[in-house]
Amino acid sequence: MAMADQPAGKSFRLSMLLYDTRYRSITIQVIMLALFAYGVYWLLGNMYSNLDDLGKKPDFSFLSTPAGYDINQRLIEYTSQSTNGRAWLVGLLNTLLVAFLGCILATIIGVSVGVMRLSKNWIVARLMTVYIEIFRNIPVLIIIVFAMSIFIKFFPQPKAFRGDDATASMYLWDSVALTNRGWYIPKPIFENGSMIVVVTFLLSILGIFIFGKWAKKRQEATGDILPTFWIKLAIFFLPAVVVYFIMGQPIGLEQPELKGFNFKGGIHMRNSLISLWLALSLYTAAFIAEAVRAGIMAIDKGQTEAAAALGLRPKRVMNLVVLPQALRVIIPPLISQYLNLTKNSSLAIAVGYMDLTGTLGGITLNQTGRALESILLLMITYLAISLSISMVMNVYNNSVKLKER
Amino acid sequence: MKMEPFVRTEMLSEQPAPLGETGVLKWMRENLFSSILNSIISILALVAIILAFMVLMSWAMQPSWASTSLSQCQDDPAITGACWGVINNRFNQLMFGFYPRVEQWRPTLAFILMLVAVAPVLFNNLPRKMMWFSVVYPFLAVILLWGGTIWGPLLVLAGFAIGFILFKVLFGIVGNLAAMLIAVFATLLWWLYGVSMVAEVLSGIIPIGLEPIESSKFGGFMLSITIGVSGIALSLPIGIMLALGRQSDMFIIKTLSVGFIELIRGVPLITLLFVASVLLNFFLPPGTDFDLILRVIIMVTIFASAYMAEVIRGGLAALPSGQYEAADALGLDYWQSMRLIIMPQALKISIPGIVGNFIGLFKDTTLVSIIGLLDPVGLIVTIQGSSDWNGIVWELFLFVAMMFWIFTFTMSRYSMYLENKLKTTH
Repeated sequence: MAMADQPAGKSFRLSMLLYDTRYRSITIQVIMLALFAYGVYWLLGNMYSNLDDLGKKPDFSFLSTPAGYDINQRLIEYTSQSTNGRAWLVGLLNTLLVAFLGCILATIIGVSVGVMRLSKNWIVARLMTVYIEIFRNIPVLIIIVFAMSIFIKFFPQPKAFRGDDATASMYLWDSVALTNRGWYIPKPIFENGSMIVVVTFLLSILGIFIFGKWAKKRQEATGDILPTFWIKLAIFFLPAVVVYFIMGQPIGLEQPELKGFNFKGGIHMRNSLISLWLALSLYTAAFIAEAVRAGIMAIDKGQTEAAAALGLRPKRVMNLVVLPQALRVIIPPLISQYLNLTKNSSLAIAVGYMDLTGTLGGITLNQTGRALESILLLMITYLAISLSISMVMNVYNNSVKLKER
Repeated sequence: MKMEPFVRTEMLSEQPAPLGETGVLKWMRENLFSSILNSIISILALVAIILAFMVLMSWAMQPSWASTSLSQCQDDPAITGACWGVINNRFNQLMFGFYPRVEQWRPTLAFILMLVAVAPVLFNNLPRKMMWFSVVYPFLAVILLWGGTIWGPLLVLAGFAIGFILFKVLFGIVGNLAAMLIAVFATLLWWLYGVSMVAEVLSGIIPIGLEPIESSKFGGFMLSITIGVSGIALSLPIGIMLALGRQSDMFIIKTLSVGFIELIRGVPLITLLFVASVLLNFFLPPGTDFDLILRVIIMVTIFASAYMAEVIRGGLAALPSGQYEAADALGLDYWQSMRLIIMPQALKISIPGIVGNFIGLFKDTTLVSIIGLLDPVGLIVTIQGSSDWNGIVWELFLFVAMMFWIFTFTMSRYSMYLENKLKTTH
């Protein structure tokens, strides 16, 4: 213990490094740092001597050599002559695609299941509990592989759609075909003038925000409440639809059609993408449902009653009192579920969907033999995705944090 | 004529509550048919449940237990649904992988002993002396599962004893920190250099041991449980250390802990398993080649402990700072206050998260199938590819998923039991 009458540094003895709490933490830290540095030195030293034995050096030039393999599900132009670096980019986009689709579907399912689990209807509440307990407790890899097996085995072959005695039929006015080779859905075609429609649409979204701010300011100044929801809905749809018809319907749909033994045209979503997407969504939805339920239950009943006592109508109680507080509880676990979904999408390699792990960590690694470099890049890419998602979360958390004074 | 006011002079006898306000009817009225919409939903849901149940039963109830291939099921007119023969036929494989049949008593015994070893940890009304068995069990399990000479694991166990005795002896002479450092270094030296030498000599003199079994023979649920249980047992203490490191005032220790946790949490487990399968040997002295399962256990443990650290940090942060100050005021040193005041409360708060992590870890063991180990998921693919069972889907997946479900659901129920038991509020 530090004596009051013995100022630091006056009579320093070496043993104080161990026994004096003022210096002991420095000793511990120096020892830890030395151990850490030695550990890193040891690992890197081993790595270099191992690489020397193999006659290799860390080298990233393989990224600019032709990849030599094909990727069938892709968002950007890619051929087997493209570089490994390009394959990496295709993989990254595929990861982001399935993560994006998955987050949307998982949120929709999760929020509905979570709300329905609180339903007053006993059967509905029980069914949702069963759903959550089943999907939360089964490994997601099993769900993914299972979904893939079902898609391959139990969906009709494209040739079943052929001829007069077709055993399978397309859905949604002959625009969607579900086959054992994947789903064929219509593809939007942008002709001349479609840019104007898109720009109008984007502008009207901006307009919604501006209108919202203006309406709020007006309400605070005059006390009048505008029917903002309907006006916003109108701003969302009307300008784009009007411009669409003025420009002569420049955006069309390319329907998938049966040509020979297969479907042509439209967008082809492969089995691997769909099974990964559905499996990840169903699995993550179970966790999101629990977060939503916990968030709604976390709001004290007194809040609702107090709002009612202030004379607010039930809808405004929900919008102004319950939801803002519930969202504060729901959103952090929700975003961390998005993060989990993104990381779980690396299981794509089990069904052959060419995401980051499938391209960079799979075929590129095996063909070039650059294990060290590929896995390093792979980890850095995932780390960058994760860190950007958690940065969004931190910004949100700070913005809704209870201001304690 | 003046009306006499009506005055009742005798008590009315007690009436039973209306039929719709009691018992089952009231319950149904409130919970199933509270409005027209709710009634419609309830009836639809009931019909759907009954239909699904009937379809499932007529599919599952099939006399197909004895069939030895899928084609046999398809040829048999009596079988119109599930072909359960695959479970019967491959049960041994799904449980033990390719572990030799005559030696399968060893993993079975190890599993039963595991239940005995875990029991005193889970239920604190059992005799405390059983904890000693829990301490010895990991070494016993290694001997049982991998076989080989018994001296290696025993000498590793002896390392703990050496470290402990050294610490006790030195504690009086040089004090807490120095004794701790010397004891840890001595133990590490013993493990790195002493164990292999002494084990060689001893097994030359007294060759006791079991038939050694290679790791490549491990498979099925035995492999999942081996990886899962080792990961769970190792990740909790490491996670606690990391959480304390992250909360520490010491800058370097805090930075190292934060860096480690965020790095590991930022990457998917599969990339770490890639590291285990292709990269880990790069970082070890040339010529070392140790067991793939051991490498996987190391990586899974590292992964799980980063998540564990975050959960426990949440528990630490949730404690009011008065608890820390009170511990200081009692004159406890850091480790005493952590052990006696902080950790018991922090761990109690974080039980749901900790068990959630355990469940996640156990589910994540299926990922080892991607790097070529034959866990149940890897075996599903293998069995589907065999000529006898080519094309079988539902039966296998249902069985494996149900086995996992039983394990994980038990864990989540235990966590709820523990939460209730430790609850001190009303």
